[in-house]
Amino acid sequence: MVFMAVTAFTLARLRNLFAVAMLSGVFSLLAAVVYVVMDAVDVAFTEAAVGAGIATVLMLGTLVLTTDVEKVHPKKPIAPLIVVTLTGAVLIYGTLDMPHYGDPNAPIHHHVAPRYIEKSGAEVGPPNIVTSVLASYRGYDTLGEVTVIFTAAAGVLVLLGRWRRAAAASNPHKTDDEPEARS
Amino acid sequence: MKRKAVLRVNAKLLIPLILLFALYVQFHGDFGPGGGFQAGVIFGSGFILYAIIFGVEVARRVAPAWLVRIGLASGVLLYAGVGVVGMLLGSNYLDYSVLAHDPVHGQHLGILLIEFGVGLTVACSMITIFFIFAGQRPGGEGR
Repeated sequence: MVFMAVTAFTLARLRNLFAVAMLSGVFSLLAAVVYVVMDAVDVAFTEAAVGAGIATVLMLGTLVLTTDVEKVHPKKPIAPLIVVTLTGAVLIYGTLDMPHYGDPNAPIHHHVAPRYIEKSGAEVGPPNIVTSVLASYRGYDTLGEVTVIFTAAAGVLVLLGRWRRAAAASNPHKTDDEPEARS
Repeated sequence: MKRKAVLRVNAKLLIPLILLFALYVQFHGDFGPGGGFQAGVIFGSGFILYAIIFGVEVARRVAPAWLVRIGLASGVLLYAGVGVVGMLLGSNYLDYSVLAHDPVHGQHLGILLIEFGVGLTVACSMITIFFIFAGQRPGGEGR
């Protein structure tokens, strides 16, 4: 956690965006370690692969297209700092009311969790209860998540893919008629 | 990246292991940690590593755009289709108990299928997004 804080401060101070991309990968990797410590190995897998791997690669790809030095704003932004500090303080104040990590009396352990733990072996089967909750009890939610990811990829495809094709098609010939523009 | 021998050799050693681990996470998700999301992400990052080291054009030849797009859509379709099959067999949407004679076997089969759908869609969307970002570059060839 201390490493994460140090990385975050360095991230905010740095102007070189290449270093920022690399450090955000480091931040994700540290977050993955925290997840492993909290016994959430599934989340750690995802964080390490997406946050430290794919997101870093995508950021580097963006840097190749743009520039790798951040623009310096002349005036010091005071109002955003106040807003961020206030929001952070309110959030931290909110967590004070939450039950401690691993508290057996926490409400989350008394709603449906005991039923999952006791019955999922007989009702669904897999020894990994997380899998049976995600895939069977909460099947709708997981379907929604997959649809979100599909929509994200389709959105990128539509936005950037068509732009690339249109640019490639119009650059050599300098034609302006695009059939998609009329619809 | 054509002449970096260390990177190429290491990538050749690592990529099969990454892909194999992704498949393990995918199909062993019932028993150990993991599942479709994790497996898809790991598979996608393994493939992206391949594309970075050996060049985007080579990777595009391995997985052409139409194949990736078909995978992208068919993952979601597989997931939703399993739900529809359950409905046709006389149960609720996304209730897998009717897929086999034994409800537990049915649940097992349904979870296996939908996790495969999840993994397919996630891996294909990661690869798609990476290809599109990589294709934006004026030169087009890998770093």
